[in-house]
Amino acid sequence: MKAPVSWIRELVDLPETVTTEVLTDRLTALGLKLEGIEAAGADIEGPLVIGRVLTQDKEPQKNGKVINWCRVDIGAAGELVEGYDPAEGQGIVCGAHNFGPGDKVVVILPGGVLPGDFRISARKTYGHVSAGMICSASELGLPEDGSDGIIVVPEDGPEPGTDAREFLGFGDEVIEFEINPDRAYALSLRGVAREAALGFGVPFTDPADRAVPEVDGKAWEVVVDDPTGCPVFAARLVSGFDPSAPTPEHIKRRVEQAGMRSISLAVDVTNYVMLELGQPTHGYDADKVAGSLGVRRARAGERITTLDDAVRDLSPGNDGDLVITDDSGPIGLAGVMGGATTEISGTTTRILVEAAHWDPVSMFRTGKRHKLSSEAGKRNERGVDPLLPAGAADRVVELLVEHGGATAEPGFTLVGTAPPQPTVTIATDLPAQLSGIEISAMTAVEHLRAIGATVAEHEDGVVGVTPPSWRPDITDPHDLVEEVVRIVGYDQVPSLLPRRATGRGLTRLQRLRRRVGRSLAGAGLVEVVSFPFVGEATFDRLGLTADDPRRATVPLANPLSSEEPAYTTTLLPGLLEAAGRNIGRGAPGVALFETATVAFPSDNGPAPIYGVHTRPTEAEVDKLIEALPVQPQHLAVVLAGERQRSGWWGAGADAAWSDALAVVRRLATELGVELRVTATHRMPWHPGRCALLSIDEVEIGCAGELHPKVCKSFGLPARAAAIELDLDALLAATPTVAAGPQFSTMPLAKEDVALVVDASVTAADVEAALRDGAGPLLESVRLFDAYTGAQVGEGKKSLAFALRFRAPDRTLTEGEAGAARDAAVAEAASRTGAVQR
Amino acid sequence: MSGPNTDYDPVEVAAVSPAEVEAARDAALAAIAAAADLEQLKAVRSDHAGDRSPLALANREIGALPPQARKEAGQRVGQARGAVNQALAARSAELEVEHEARILVEESVDVTLPTDRDPVGARHPLTTGAELIADIFVAMGWEVAEGPVIEAEWLNFDALNLGPDHPARTMQDTFWTDPADDHVVLRTHTSPVQARTMLTRTPPIYVVCPGRVFRTDEYDATHSPMFHQVEGLAIDEGISMAHLKGTLDHFASQMFGEGITTRFRPSYFPFTEPSAEVDLVCFVCRGVDSDACRTCRGEGWIEWGGCGIVNPRVLQACGVDSSRYSGFAFGMGIDRTLMFRHGLEDLRTLFEGDVRFTTAFGSEL
Ligand SMILES: [Zn+2]
Repeated sequence: MKAPVSWIRELVDLPETVTTEVLTDRLTALGLKLEGIEAAGADIEGPLVIGRVLTQDKEPQKNGKVINWCRVDIGAAGELVEGYDPAEGQGIVCGAHNFGPGDKVVVILPGGVLPGDFRISARKTYGHVSAGMICSASELGLPEDGSDGIIVVPEDGPEPGTDAREFLGFGDEVIEFEINPDRAYALSLRGVAREAALGFGVPFTDPADRAVPEVDGKAWEVVVDDPTGCPVFAARLVSGFDPSAPTPEHIKRRVEQAGMRSISLAVDVTNYVMLELGQPTHGYDADKVAGSLGVRRARAGERITTLDDAVRDLSPGNDGDLVITDDSGPIGLAGVMGGATTEISGTTTRILVEAAHWDPVSMFRTGKRHKLSSEAGKRNERGVDPLLPAGAADRVVELLVEHGGATAEPGFTLVGTAPPQPTVTIATDLPAQLSGIEISAMTAVEHLRAIGATVAEHEDGVVGVTPPSWRPDITDPHDLVEEVVRIVGYDQVPSLLPRRATGRGLTRLQRLRRRVGRSLAGAGLVEVVSFPFVGEATFDRLGLTADDPRRATVPLANPLSSEEPAYTTTLLPGLLEAAGRNIGRGAPGVALFETATVAFPSDNGPAPIYGVHTRPTEAEVDKLIEALPVQPQHLAVVLAGERQRSGWWGAGADAAWSDALAVVRRLATELGVELRVTATHRMPWHPGRCALLSIDEVEIGCAGELHPKVCKSFGLPARAAAIELDLDALLAATPTVAAGPQFSTMPLAKEDVALVVDASVTAADVEAALRDGAGPLLESVRLFDAYTGAQVGEGKKSLAFALRFRAPDRTLTEGEAGAARDAAVAEAASRTGAVQR
Repeated sequence: MSGPNTDYDPVEVAAVSPAEVEAARDAALAAIAAAADLEQLKAVRSDHAGDRSPLALANREIGALPPQARKEAGQRVGQARGAVNQALAARSAELEVEHEARILVEESVDVTLPTDRDPVGARHPLTTGAELIADIFVAMGWEVAEGPVIEAEWLNFDALNLGPDHPARTMQDTFWTDPADDHVVLRTHTSPVQARTMLTRTPPIYVVCPGRVFRTDEYDATHSPMFHQVEGLAIDEGISMAHLKGTLDHFASQMFGEGITTRFRPSYFPFTEPSAEVDLVCFVCRGVDSDACRTCRGEGWIEWGGCGIVNPRVLQACGVDSSRYSGFAFGMGIDRTLMFRHGLEDLRTLFEGDVRFTTAFGSEL
């Protein structure tokens, strides 16, 4: 909402000491937040005066242009110009043609400065000395009035030589406020001025407070079919309107200051009244209206062409669009935008004026449905004072009569009455209780009266409060509390800490998740946060098969991009893209991780919508939660390119499949989780280098080298590796209380064995067999070498294990350790065909 | 090997003469003193104390002397050998120390050589930022509550007093899952976590809810379809705006430094009534000579978030007895907070995953 300071001051008697800054500070404190202050002409310096064109000689130029060599009478301002001859006038070259001799114009004289630091001086051009400039609106930084030429001052405007600033409205600051949805009344000068009066405790002149003619229903016949949608409808008629009458300068300027375009007197007047009072009104060309006006919901199949020339299919039914009709059908989208068929034109002489109160919800829905945002709609959907229509219609008539030469026809149609404001009961100590400020009952009541509410007499500390008609937002005691507290001042709220918080700290899972992040960062990985949106193309890049369960996503009804219309089931796409971006930007290697939610459809039907007056039952709450997608937290890692740098210490190393396994195994070990690793193939991993990770036979994810095609697709170096796993499952497997370990301090017996097995036998199987066969004396088994080559033969490999034995109570003899080793090897031989080298 | 008289050679008997013994001893002592390192000393030991050294030979000859001369000669040679051995041991110890010291000197390295073999990791500032905030509240006795990002419409809107016709519920602002009449959204704020908390717990409730949220904003330097919020909720007997102010003042000073406080301006949120915007004293200029301050753009204050007294309608929908309990709630953007706290120019740097960005924050903020 933009409000000129001069207009505010017209409606409220603010003391001189209240500067614009003081005013905006106070209004911001009351809840009308200052967005900015504009002052037209603030960057114009020097002599800017009214002039009268004495002569205008058109001089064609070689380039085809025609320039005007003008002599301009600048009256007393001639004193500012050296050698000015009043009989000759000021010589100025002008390229515009929308004016002629005798017209009054705005002139900036040498020494002046226009916006953009454009300095004016006398200069030679087109064979003349041009000493000044005849100004257009845009050159002065004013909104274009559509004439696309220089400003022609009306004949009743100021005389030549007068400073033009006052005429142009310069120096009048315009304040832009951010208006919250609950303060629709402040979308008008009436509302802003009322707040200013409240803020400074000064009198306020309500522009809506005016005598209106007696209601006789004779202005026009109006039938309201839907009194819920349209509780009040006022109509007036004027005739003899002069369609060529210009909009008076002060109305035009104020409409423009508010950020709207000046169009014609009839339109400007309705906008002016809307700005002044907050009540949208509409003018019809009465000669184009066929029969009586009706107000009803649209019917199936109806359409309308609105003033913006859009043809709109209307939505029928009780929740449908409210329309204004005549005998021809709908002629206006009620409260939002008028129709083209009854539009006021350059020949209109009879104007039917409408001012109505509309149901805000219906207005909101219509605006939303038709994607129509108008100044009228904005006010109507937030709630306008229902007592305004009669006065607003009368005010429009008054201005049309005053400036358009029209005659007010007798008769005043007013259908319906304003719905009564509900009375809200409030304990007078509630404002004090909820604000923490000491506010007496007397103060509370005084402030409620100050906002225009009617407060019934006290009774046991409880009062009945009827909010003023312009405050439809006030329905609850807490709404009244906000009113009282904002007048007392939010800055009066003391600062106290609550004393009763007795929390249990972070949950175990919250602590574990932090641990996971720190551990991975400690292992040299950098965390990233990426968007969770994916599409089929994303999965194609990962090489997922058509039936891969990760393609079953939760789709979005309104994605930002049609390429990525779903919530992701995997963190890898975002992570691989981030890795590719780093590599693309020149990083020799990158190690990234991300933990985030992924989503899988639950297919448990729609989520219910409940009422809000009581809490839903436990079963109902469960139903809400069951309807949601399954949303586990995943952890994903990508390691690409240089993992260890080379340097004076020797060669570095690029990331490989084993680095991914190392990361996940180390994490599992730190968390105390026993992770089982088996071979699998699953995209986007290399079919021969993908490890399935499981806990107690339940899969939690995969790790290994990425498929070469995937590396290529994401711009990653060959052999890049990745992990993705269900972090929730991993953390669920962590022991809550670790059992204290028991270990022996007796001497250690070392036995190393080298076993030859078929190449297809896994190290894990051999190790498991050794472990099982070795018996209770075994302390640890560790594979320390793996070898394939001529010495072990084709299709074979050699695995060397270090077996470590220890007894709890004695030094083992060589025989005991040897026997245990032999038993281990025997078990490995029988289970895996291992042969000791 | 050498027994008495076995190698008796009368010719060399002269070697036991006092002059010879003394000369041999002095020669040995001089050589020992002159040995510059352990290697030379080893040669000296062999020459002057070895089997073929003059003193060893002299010793051997003692047995050939007549019995009356033996004792005296034995004493003389024994003393000389003793002196030589002692000198050898002393010099050896001396040289050993010198040797060790020299080795340490020789082994010195250039400790300024780079050692960046392994890459350095880092957690994301959005994570550590959320943890910092959580820790401030946990230290006050609050708990951290969480909820899903894909949420029921009723919990995201209705329960929070955002009725069916609230503007925020349009397709322009909210991501809906398909079909939209499944009534499931990507949560537009972390407030549904507050609703869930009220539905499942009994007051007193003191929780903060950090998390990611979604709006259908086009992605640019200051907007993102995904961003992060932290909201707080306190429900207890006798809760007032004063407690809200106290809590936010404490939060501000912990997050931005001692003496940084907040101010309230009236505002509107469906979830709260009365409602307020929270501004933060600019932590750079502290409101003094703000004109040149880039952080607050000359305002002296920074818009931080929204807050208010929980609307009793919300308490009612979530099963909290509003006649007994009142509450306050607040919310602010974590991304935005990080942007002004760390002077970030472009929101997108948070989501690009460039390691140069993330590592700049270290693992903690
Ligand atoms: Zn500042």
